[in-house]
Amino acid sequence: MDYKDYYKIMGVEKDASQDEIKRAYRKLARKYHPDVSKESDAELRFKEVGEAYEALKDPEKRAAYDQLGSNWKAGQDFNPPPDWNAGFEFSGGGYTGADDADYSDFFESLFGRGFGSSQAHHRTGRTDGYSLRGEDHHAKVIIDLEDAYQGATRAVTLQSPVVDNSGHVTTKQRTLNIKIPKGVKQGQRIRLNGQGSPGMGQAPAGDLYLEIEFKQHHIYRVDGHDVYIDLPVAPWEAALGATVKVPTPDGVVDLKIAAGTKTGQKLRLKARGIPGKPPGDLYVIPSITLPSADSDAAKELYRKMEQEMAYNPRSKLGV
Amino acid sequence: MNIKILNGIIIDEQTELSLSEICTACSSSAEWIIELVEEGALDPIGSQQNQWRFTGKCLLKARTAMRLQRDLGLNLAGIALALDLLDKIESLESRLSQFE
Repeated sequence: MDYKDYYKIMGVEKDASQDEIKRAYRKLARKYHPDVSKESDAELRFKEVGEAYEALKDPEKRAAYDQLGSNWKAGQDFNPPPDWNAGFEFSGGGYTGADDADYSDFFESLFGRGFGSSQAHHRTGRTDGYSLRGEDHHAKVIIDLEDAYQGATRAVTLQSPVVDNSGHVTTKQRTLNIKIPKGVKQGQRIRLNGQGSPGMGQAPAGDLYLEIEFKQHHIYRVDGHDVYIDLPVAPWEAALGATVKVPTPDGVVDLKIAAGTKTGQKLRLKARGIPGKPPGDLYVIPSITLPSADSDAAKELYRKMEQEMAYNPRSKLGV
Repeated sequence: MNIKILNGIIIDEQTELSLSEICTACSSSAEWIIELVEEGALDPIGSQQNQWRFTGKCLLKARTAMRLQRDLGLNLAGIALALDLLDKIESLESRLSQFE
């Protein structure tokens, strides 16, 4: 298990006041909150900051942590010394904020798991009655854009905390084969009835919600149910018009390009976006590319154009 | 071995949840959802509380609101503002991605 330097994570000095620690936490929490931050490691950082704050915001836990001494380095292999917390009195109450299961082994070896509060109570907050509908679960599944066109079956592995008879919490893995319906869009949820936590007593199980996220595609961009593709076009195709092949997530199609097509124009292929009612559109954005003048013959052609075509690309700039 | 394939329901603009369904989906109290509606952070269809219908988009917002309150200690007005701004950022980013 690795030692964690909570002060370093929070970016504060070891003698920081409780107020300073709170300010640092608020700042970092806003910066790395997964709903707000676009940084790729936001979720990880947010959890780390949450854990550090959990340890430092409570003067009792902080004093105990400080007592481990300052010789430890972050990442160093760590085992708590025996009786390390002797003489410290934790006034219970367990921890607040994020889910208990999210804390690191290091944190749990110091402060235990959910001490003081019963796990089931803590997790649901609803204890009335013996019939209780199971909790809903939420997870994310990443699919390819093509899956939204054709539908697909995905195996999704989920980890859920399970409380055994003696009250210990373990994580249980289960794999579900889930049909991704045709026509799903980025950010949509799929609800699987009865696949959440089992209910207590006679109550039904909760539901499982899967959030759909598209893997970044190397040629397509997605906006809602519309799909965009940049299409490289040769100068003569754009100038004279042509019929060219365009890939779509549904297969290759022939596209007629009008004479005089310009870079950045939007050509709409109706109903070739993500299927649905109504289906989205596919937008082709032509981008005129120049053949390189890497042979004498090519250079000759460019020179000929220069001589024979009276063309000033900067006429609109007045020069 | 026989593989069991599960079928789900897409929760989208057409899917509508009642007040009690959205509460279960968020594990939240009805009072809290009602407060969000009164703050203008959630926009259900229907004028009377017992006729409220929430779209899939409302569900996402309600869950984000919960996390913002729990993790950042925002109050209702702050949550409503953050949700509006997040919406705006999302639409700007998707427009921006057309040009990148």
